[in-house]
Amino acid sequence: MAFRDAPDILTGRLRFDDSHTLERFLATGGYDGLRAALARPPAEIVEEVKTSGLRGRGGAGFATGQKWSFLPADVFPRYLVVNGDEGEPATFKDHMLIERDPHQLIEGIAIASYAVQCTKAFLYLRGEFALGHERMSKALREAYTHGGLGRNIFGSGFDLDIVLHPGAGAYICGEETALLDSLEGYRGTPRIRPPFPAVEGLYQKPTVVNNVETLANMAWITLNGGAAYAALGAGRSTGTRLISLSGHVNRPGNYEVELVKATFRDLFYDPALGGGIPGGRDVKAFIPGGASAPWFGPDQLDCPLDLDEVQTRGSMMGSGSVIVMDDRTCPVRAAWRITKFFAHESCGKCTPCREGAGWLEKVLRRIELGAGREDDLDLLLDVCDNLAPGLSWPPGQTTICVLGPSIPSSIYTSIRMFRDDYLTHVKEGGCPFN
Amino acid sequence: MTRLSTENVERAREIISRYPSSRSALLPLLYLAQEQEGWISDDAMRHIGELLDITPAEVLGTCSFYTMFKRQPVGKHLVSVCTNIACLLNGGYELLEHAESRLGIVPDETTADGEFTLEEVECLADCDRAPCLQVNYRFFGHVSADDFDRLVDDLRAGRLAETVPAHGIMNREQLPPVAVRHAETPHGTGD
Repeated sequence: MAFRDAPDILTGRLRFDDSHTLERFLATGGYDGLRAALARPPAEIVEEVKTSGLRGRGGAGFATGQKWSFLPADVFPRYLVVNGDEGEPATFKDHMLIERDPHQLIEGIAIASYAVQCTKAFLYLRGEFALGHERMSKALREAYTHGGLGRNIFGSGFDLDIVLHPGAGAYICGEETALLDSLEGYRGTPRIRPPFPAVEGLYQKPTVVNNVETLANMAWITLNGGAAYAALGAGRSTGTRLISLSGHVNRPGNYEVELVKATFRDLFYDPALGGGIPGGRDVKAFIPGGASAPWFGPDQLDCPLDLDEVQTRGSMMGSGSVIVMDDRTCPVRAAWRITKFFAHESCGKCTPCREGAGWLEKVLRRIELGAGREDDLDLLLDVCDNLAPGLSWPPGQTTICVLGPSIPSSIYTSIRMFRDDYLTHVKEGGCPFN
Repeated sequence: MTRLSTENVERAREIISRYPSSRSALLPLLYLAQEQEGWISDDAMRHIGELLDITPAEVLGTCSFYTMFKRQPVGKHLVSVCTNIACLLNGGYELLEHAESRLGIVPDETTADGEFTLEEVECLADCDRAPCLQVNYRFFGHVSADDFDRLVDDLRAGRLAETVPAHGIMNREQLPPVAVRHAETPHGTGD
């Protein structure tokens, strides 16, 4: 099938056990992309990335080349900040890329830094990734020794330092402006935009914030050209991307797939991908793009992995994580746990999110534990509507960042699809799935 | 008094010089304190404030935002069990309940012998190996009840000391070099 014929842009090296070592990296074309980039004017690299159609893989899906071009000309210093604070529930692709192919990321950071002409990049890495920090520290040291970082990289005259910076257990720091506050040594709370980071970001300087997976594509795009990347996928969904597949599937894991060519059904049932649902059970619901995304029912199984198509149908591909729930899953318990997550991770800056998340979690818990009332469903939807007016996707915005308005996703979609399950909890005074 | 050791003050100065603005070193310095003592005391925060020329309240204000910074002593082994959506669907809560009964504590408590602290955590980004947990931030995946019991025995017996260093030790690798260092600019804007 077409989606399996695409090149392994991101995962090619991972078939080797020693994929994280400099030796393996150099034996498999490592740093060729950076050398090629340094031989061309920076503006040409920006153009290649624009031509590729590459969109950010962190969740928002903004065009990477366009993001770079928002930097004001001739304002220095400017910074590249790499978002490695992967925390969207059920997303585990950056975790893999950091631990198993750190040099690919370093090369990508160096190419992007050269393209935007910054000489200092910060890699904000999730605190819990202890092995990732160790692997990345070692790889960075090797890159300096090899001449791929530091002064006069590969004799080109281009200088770059990458500073590895640890997060410390706060999901909100994956939001790019909260990440900047955290990197400046403050509580990670989002900033009001404008100004956008491209104009006033880290230390109020022009700043590009890119996701780990986004930058892992840079060497391939440089070596093969933006047009070759854009030839994969279709429309606004070009190239390949990593899908983190988890939940009730036989073969959970990260899969690199060509966008648009595969459907969610392929993803769940193809023997080379999800391999079907354990016990041959049916899909009750799935979440197409991380815990923030509205749920889909089995009627959407033939939806292609296409940013636009998923959005047209009322959800998002987000961070590329797909969670499968089989027909024994309690939708109230699942929605409650996701909401509990948001209640814990709300930074507290905006009232609708800080207060809304807590109350939604309490009401859902009450229903799940059998103390719910029938009008709790209306209460939930009412609070949800205060957070995301209209209850549609993309959500209406009531807060500084998108965390708050994402909280209703699992609640209103599960109530719409499984109202009877909710009502059974109320009538029977407990969870019927226990 | 648990101020940073002389050696760690040297490391702190080296870390500060990596950033255009010294306050950026706050999280890394809190990790240094946690590495030294296994947790972060008021004295350590006061000392970090001195090093960065900010008040102890500013240090605490930032420190308290982040769940990985422990402002009370924790056990030798911090066991963090994920119960978020992918783990929930694959027995995360059953694993947490088993951990509670095996260790005889509930989340955020420490065993009487000081060996284990248990906590329930949010998604650890290891979902293809659900249910998963971390011990001192080192991953263990597909953890069954039996696996958990073996893990506890191994940790207690010191058989995993190589893969699971003491709580607070996050990065045993030497930090990479940097070509450009910055003068200390406590309240600077990064120029």
